[in-house]
Amino acid sequence: MSSRETILARIRGALADVPAEEGPEHVAVERAYRRSHLEPGQDPVELFAERVADYRATVHRAAPEDVPAVIARALTERGVGRLALPSGFPTELLPGGSRQWQSEPLTVPELEALDGSVTLAAVGIAVTGTIVLDAGPGQGRRALSLVPDYHLCVIRAEQIADDLPDALARLDPARPLTFISGPSATSDIELDRVEGVHGPRTLDVVIVEQSVEQSVEQS
Amino acid sequence: MSDRGVVWLGSPSFPEAARTALADQQLRTNLRRATTTIRDKRLAVAAELDDWEELRTAAEAIKRRTARHLDRYLLQLEEAVTAAGGSVHWAGDAAEANRIVAALIQATGEREVVKIKSMATQEIGLNEALALEGITAYETDLAELIVQLGEDRPSHILVPAIHKNRTEIRDLFAAEMAHWGEPAPEGLSDDPRELAEAARRHLRKKFLAAKVAVSGANFAVADTGTVTVVESEGNGRMCLSLPETLITVMGIEKVVPTWSDLEVFLQLLPRSSTGERMNPYTSTWTGVTEGDGPSQFHLVLLDNGRTDTLADTVGRQVLACIRCSACLNVCPVFERTGGHAYGSVYPGPIGAVLTPQLVGVEQAASLPFASTLCGACYDACPVKINIPEVLAHLRAEVVEAKRHPLSPEALAMKAAATVLDSPRLLSAAQKAASLGGRVLAREGRIGRLPGPLHGWSDTRDSPAPPAESFRTWWRKNREGTP
Repeated sequence: MSSRETILARIRGALADVPAEEGPEHVAVERAYRRSHLEPGQDPVELFAERVADYRATVHRAAPEDVPAVIARALTERGVGRLALPSGFPTELLPGGSRQWQSEPLTVPELEALDGSVTLAAVGIAVTGTIVLDAGPGQGRRALSLVPDYHLCVIRAEQIADDLPDALARLDPARPLTFISGPSATSDIELDRVEGVHGPRTLDVVIVEQSVEQSVEQS
Repeated sequence: MSDRGVVWLGSPSFPEAARTALADQQLRTNLRRATTTIRDKRLAVAAELDDWEELRTAAEAIKRRTARHLDRYLLQLEEAVTAAGGSVHWAGDAAEANRIVAALIQATGEREVVKIKSMATQEIGLNEALALEGITAYETDLAELIVQLGEDRPSHILVPAIHKNRTEIRDLFAAEMAHWGEPAPEGLSDDPRELAEAARRHLRKKFLAAKVAVSGANFAVADTGTVTVVESEGNGRMCLSLPETLITVMGIEKVVPTWSDLEVFLQLLPRSSTGERMNPYTSTWTGVTEGDGPSQFHLVLLDNGRTDTLADTVGRQVLACIRCSACLNVCPVFERTGGHAYGSVYPGPIGAVLTPQLVGVEQAASLPFASTLCGACYDACPVKINIPEVLAHLRAEVVEAKRHPLSPEALAMKAAATVLDSPRLLSAAQKAASLGGRVLAREGRIGRLPGPLHGWSDTRDSPAPPAESFRTWWRKNREGTP
């Protein structure tokens, strides 16, 4: 008998007390927890901005037309000049100037030699201050936002879900997902959190506010 | 049983190990500082969610559903992972899992692998097994690196180097890093930021060159085949996305039925373990993805005593554990003894109920007694494992395993009943005990009793009897006075 068959047989033997007619759906799972921890009337974008900042990431809020200028200012402040640019990143968001934008294909050593990366996001989570990347257009493969020491992530306000249940429902688990809550950190020394280990040590998040026309369309 | 790992061979019993640990002032200071910090943080972030109890109840129920239909969910997981381009392997025990992983690495032609912190691979002693095959496994989690550099053992599920403070870590980095690769920078201080920076530099080249990574898994979703790793530092992301081959070893109990079930666990786990609303990085992947990450993915499903645990209708609830370590941080016993005293990769309250079930109670007979049954662990557990209930249940099993019709303990109890019935016999016995006890005692307490009597002393110290009994003292000093 293969180990697979042996283990399955052991499991079935161990569960001799479970009635044969019982299916998984007969084991009740009461989901009395909240779908969202937002208070009534609380603005998810405001909360997202607060919670991301709690992790010592820097949050910028910008109207759509101001995004290139906000990105330019952040990159200048950080002294970041050579960046990885994922395919599908909207060129109208890119600032001008003397920066070098490197497109795929990029080898890992090439990524390592860059100062940072700029990506879009798939989903945001207000209550936990999390951005989620799904390697979709404008986000690149996972290494791109990992190997360079600086990550600037642009997220549209309407991508921000209230809380984790809603965010998971919006995501496709078939894609490789990365949930990012602040810069790389560790609690391994005396259980106290310090920022900056292997992932990007600096994280800037730019929230693109909905334009007036978009708000009108939605309502 | 010897093929299962989990416990460290040759470790003393808990009471003996605890006695040594309690004498270590530095250890107790380090532990008190760390557990106090994390307890306060956990309480604060759990209190933010006014439905914390409802989340715990849901988590417990999801785990119960999974356990009662484990075969079905594992087959579903296997099918989904395979459909997404991964390979699934089944390992009955530690030795088999180690053989599978070693063969998979050998097939790539590589001699070095990078590792994400994983309790399952600790449990099976993977690094040691790989070393025998000439394969070097580099631990990349900061705390695991500290343990590996120090040729030490982990003492906590989440923070294996919790027994070391920043100064001890600085000294270790300065002395040992150079033997494994990039040396520690000159003049390294004990500032945690500088220590983290030193770890970053030390491991950077290894990440960039690695062709094979080994990980554990926090969750695996049966209906989608999605595997999840929850981490903080980014070493996990490095291992999961840069190498060509990824080998994940997970206990069979880590499966959850559906993708949406993660909405419960991803709220409970970070808050319970590091006291954060969310840990810095969570990665999920389903099989392999063209052009992103490893092109080979192997999932090793590990039994290693879990089906034995499942067979115990009281003990099986322990399989719900999500390895958050909240129970360690609130435990008055753990706070004083530290993790090494438990002699197992699973220390603390959860270790006291998991270890004996994985390896058999006779292999870890002192662990179910390594508790005051205060219940703090049950209150802290995000999946509501009733640890005190399982402890009491396992204590009964230990007693049962040792029971013999004429056991010394039973004989002693019988003799005691006779003596306690007669004042004259009691007085004589007390005199004898006073003499005998003081001969046996060291520093005012009786540790291990000689011969067949050790059954009583194995799990408890007794104070040495006083020079005279209360009855004698009363007769001398008070009798006849009003």
